[in-house]
This record gives sequence, structure tokens and C-alpha cells, in this order.
Amino acid sequence: MDFGPHLMLAMLEGAVLAAVLALMASGLSLVFGVMRVVNVAHGEFYMLGAVVAWGVADSVGGGPAGAFLAALVLAPLVVGGLAAAADMTILKRIDYDPERTIVATIGLLYVIQQVTLMTYGPEARPVEPPFNSRIALPWVEWGEGGPSFYFPWGLSTTSYKLFVIAAAAGLILAIRLILMRTKAGLVMRATQLDKEMATAFGIPVERVYAAVFGIGAGLAALAGVLIVPIQQAHYLMGGEALLLSFIVVIIGGLGSLTGTIVAAVLIGMSDGIISVFFSPTLAKILATLLVALVLVFRPQGLFGERAR
Amino acid sequence: MSRSLALHLGLVALLLALNFVLPPYAHGNLARVMTLAIYAIGYNIAFGYTGLLSLGHAMFFAAGMYGAGLLLRFTEAGALPGFALGLICGAGLALAVGLLALRTAGVSFMIVTLMFSQAIYLTILYFGAYTRGDEGFVIDSAARVVAGFDLGDSGVRYLVAWALFSAALMFSLWLVNRPTGRVFVAIRENEPRARLLGYDTFRLKLQALVISATISAASGAAYGLLFGYAGASFAGVQYSIFPLLWVLLGGAGTVIGPFLGTLFMFYLIDLSSGITDAYMLIAGVTLIGLTLFAPQGIAGEIRRRFWRALP
Repeated sequence: MDFGPHLMLAMLEGAVLAAVLALMASGLSLVFGVMRVVNVAHGEFYMLGAVVAWGVADSVGGGPAGAFLAALVLAPLVVGGLAAAADMTILKRIDYDPERTIVATIGLLYVIQQVTLMTYGPEARPVEPPFNSRIALPWVEWGEGGPSFYFPWGLSTTSYKLFVIAAAAGLILAIRLILMRTKAGLVMRATQLDKEMATAFGIPVERVYAAVFGIGAGLAALAGVLIVPIQQAHYLMGGEALLLSFIVVIIGGLGSLTGTIVAAVLIGMSDGIISVFFSPTLAKILATLLVALVLVFRPQGLFGERAR
Repeated sequence: MSRSLALHLGLVALLLALNFVLPPYAHGNLARVMTLAIYAIGYNIAFGYTGLLSLGHAMFFAAGMYGAGLLLRFTEAGALPGFALGLICGAGLALAVGLLALRTAGVSFMIVTLMFSQAIYLTILYFGAYTRGDEGFVIDSAARVVAGFDLGDSGVRYLVAWALFSAALMFSLWLVNRPTGRVFVAIRENEPRARLLGYDTFRLKLQALVISATISAASGAAYGLLFGYAGASFAGVQYSIFPLLWVLLGGAGTVIGPFLGTLFMFYLIDLSSGITDAYMLIAGVTLIGLTLFAPQGIAGEIRRRFWRALP
């Protein structure tokens, strides 16, 4: 393959990663924005989403499409419910103290991961995509007689990958609309702006927190369901996803949803492109160092507002 | 002061006495616990006394381990220069990381240290040709000899671990009773006020971090030299979480706490791994339980209930 088609292929792979990452990081960002806590167990909710998708596909009939639809509905509900329960039993009792919350969610991370290991097992298991036709992509070449189209060998994507990008974009748009246009979104934004004032206006802040924590986890679970037909479900898959979402949320600015999405595209695309042309380990070293330096020199992120 | 000195000297003497009575399995375990407790003591100086919650101490542990291990692997320098190089690597890394990371505080500091540590971990994997990545490498037992004593021999190993542990414990006791140690606590309790009193808090925090990292690196180098193995998993996130867990369990901001926490957790995991492969489940449950019910840890509860002057 020539350089041009190769680059396009890398960008397509990067776009799939960016879409899933944006969805997952939005959850992390939402939780941080409203509750001001960092949820270290976020990667495990993503993993649980993938594992639930496998479980549903394994036990529900109706072919890959039916099972996939069921998983898309069930996984966020199950995982979100679990997260809301964890919020009410653990985080509420330590009063959402930022540092103790991190320690507690590290504990939660290990509990979820190890319970999955004990029940689901150490194997990586695939889930069949609901549809997966191969789409060959054309490439333009400027030759002697003007531009001409041809289909280079190997330059192709699948309909499922395009669906992942579209679905993630749709879901993120839906969250934005919910936050900006509905009563529930208004309540969340009010809690984010001033917790005490919100309480004074009769907003049940603790229930809002539980709901936000659940929604954040649900978004991670959705990302897990979307990715599982491409990657396989494995009990350790949350770690790397967590690290990447951290990177995205920090570069984008903690708590800023727009920044998160821009950063997800940036990181996803560059990770895809660098991984194709260079060593993936080198790409990750550069990304982690970049994040550390952004936090040191521009703590509000690239799009965040300075803390008041 | 004299009572607490007696307590810590008593612990040191007890551990020495145990050398002669313990059965082989417990003997080997205790040598390992003492080596790892040095790491916890180092972590405690940053976290327990100065209030710097770092999630990246594994990079200092690994700096010591690889500083010593790689020198012994590729040169004929011997174990003592290896140990010294390990300490220098840890201190140098802490100085560089501290100058950057200490510009942030709280949650940002945790994430910055986590990211630096992750970068170090990935760097070890990236230079797999030298470090053999995840698989790690065995440090040749011929190189692990100091003045004719074979560090791999279980008796020598116990005594070396004991000596290093005692040195770290007594140093930590001495440090926290000095004016510097008191200022560390002042920074933990209220940094703006410490600054108002005229202390250069940035420099003091950097000092605390470098001391903490050097002790952690000593633990890493000792672990490599005594047990003859260096691997990338020691640089992973898990090994940054462990000292936090040990210190929280034993009691943050107490001299004896890190040892108690390490001992307790080691045996908890040792016993549970006989029952299930998912032994990290115990670590997770303990962390959640600690944050909920005993944020002070074992020694912290003792201090709260029985002995208010416990250092």
C-alpha cells in the first residue's frame, strides 16, 4: 500500500478508538464535573459493560443483532445501577472527600476486577458483531489524465466500525441535549455550580450524585458494549481504557465536556496514527508525559476554565 | 520519647531474635516483609508525614531495583556499588519529578505522579532489549556477594534485610522528631499557615519527596539484590498502590505503622492466595473498609485510644 491509503486506514482505526474514548471519557468528565471526584474504577465499569455484553450474547437467543440490542439496553442499566449502589454505600459515607474517594475507588477497582476474574474467568472472549460487511474504500489518484478513483488492496473498513462512530456521536449528542435542555440536566448543572445553594432550593443533592455516578458508569458500559465486537472482553481491559480516558479528560480540561470530546478525537486519532507508523509503547510514553506536563503547566487543561 | 524509643528498639530486637527461632518458611517471609516495609517507611514520609499522596512511588522503587540490577547485569561492579547506584537513581528521579509534580497539589499531584510512573513503566518495557520487559531478569547470584557473604543465602538475607529495615525505621523515628520532621507535619496539616510562618514549603516538600524516594529506592535495590530478580511488574501501578495500602492499614503518620501494615497485608494475601487466584480482591476490600471504618489504620487507632504520644 502507498503512504496515502495507509494513512487513511490509520485514521479510520483512530476514529473508532476516538469515538469509544469520547463516550467513556464523557462519563468520567461528567462525574468529575458534577461531583468533583475522580473515579478510578471507571475503567472497570467499561470492562463490566463488555462482559455483560458477552453474557447477554451467550444467554439470549435471537441472533447476534437481537443479542447486541439487548446488551446495549441491559449493560448500562446493570452497570449504572451497580455504580449508583456503590456511590450510596461507599462514597456518600466518606462525604465525597476527593482523596479518600480515590483510595476507595481504587479498592472498588480491585473488587470489581477480581470478582470478574473469579466468575467470568481469565479468558478473552469474543462477541459476534450484529452486522459486519466489509466496505472497500476508494482512493483518488492524480495521474496524467486528471483524478481517477481506484480501490487499493487492503484499504477497507467494516460497516460495524462505521456504526460505532455514528452511535458514539449520537449518544454524546444525546447527553449534551439532556444536560442543556431537560429538567434533569438543569438539576445536574445546578448541583455542579453550587451544591449548597442547590440544597437550599430543594434539590436532593445526594440522589443527584448517585444518579450522576450511575450515568457516568453507564456511559463507560456503553463504550464497553460498542467495543466488544472489535476487541474481546477480558477482565483486565479496564486498565488501559482508564489511563486513556484520564489522558483525554485532563487534556480536555477536567469537567469540560466539549474539551473532552475534542481531546478524545485528538488522542484517538494520534494514537491510531502513531501506533501504525511507530511503536505503540512509544506513543503511550509520549502521551503520558504530555498529560503530566499539561497538568503541571496548564492545570485547567486545554479547554477548561481556571478554578475559582 | 524514651518510651517510644524503647518500643522501636524493642521491635528491632524482637525481629533479630526471631531470626533464630522461626521455621524456614516464616523466616523467608519475614525477610521479604522487612524489605518491603522499608518501601512503606519511605512512602510514609511523603504521604503520612508530609501529606503528599503520590500514586507513583513504584517509579522510585523500580529506579532502585533497576539501578542496582542493570549495573550488576552489564558490569562487574559488584553489589555495593549497585546498591549505591540504585539510591542515586531514586534520589535523582525524585528530584526531577518533584520539581515538576510539586507545582501541583491534591488530586492533580496524584495524577501527575501516576502518569510519570506510568511513563517510567512503559520506558522499561520499551527498552526490553536491556530490561527484558515484563519477563524481567535474574540477577546472577555470583554478583550478589558482599565481602564474601552470599546475599542469596537465607541467613545472610534475613540479617541484611533486618539491618536495612532497622536503619530505615530508626532514621524515620529520628527524622520525625527533628524540627524538619515537625515542619513536614505542619505542611500536611496546613500548608498556607506553614508558608505564613516563613517556611519555604516547596523546598521542604521537595526534600521530603527526595528522602521518601531514596528510602523507597533502597527497598527496591535491596529487593533486587536479596531476591535476585528485577521485573517490570515492580514498576506497575499495583506497586504504587501497595505502599499506600500498607501505610493506610498500619497507620499513616506513625513510625511503626508501615511495618505493621506490610506484615498484616502480606499474610492476608499469602493466606488468601491459598484459597483463590483473585487475591487482589482482599486488597480492594481492605482499601474500601479502611476508608470507611478506620482511616487512621492500626497504629493510628492505638494512638487515638491508648497512647497519644506515639510518634
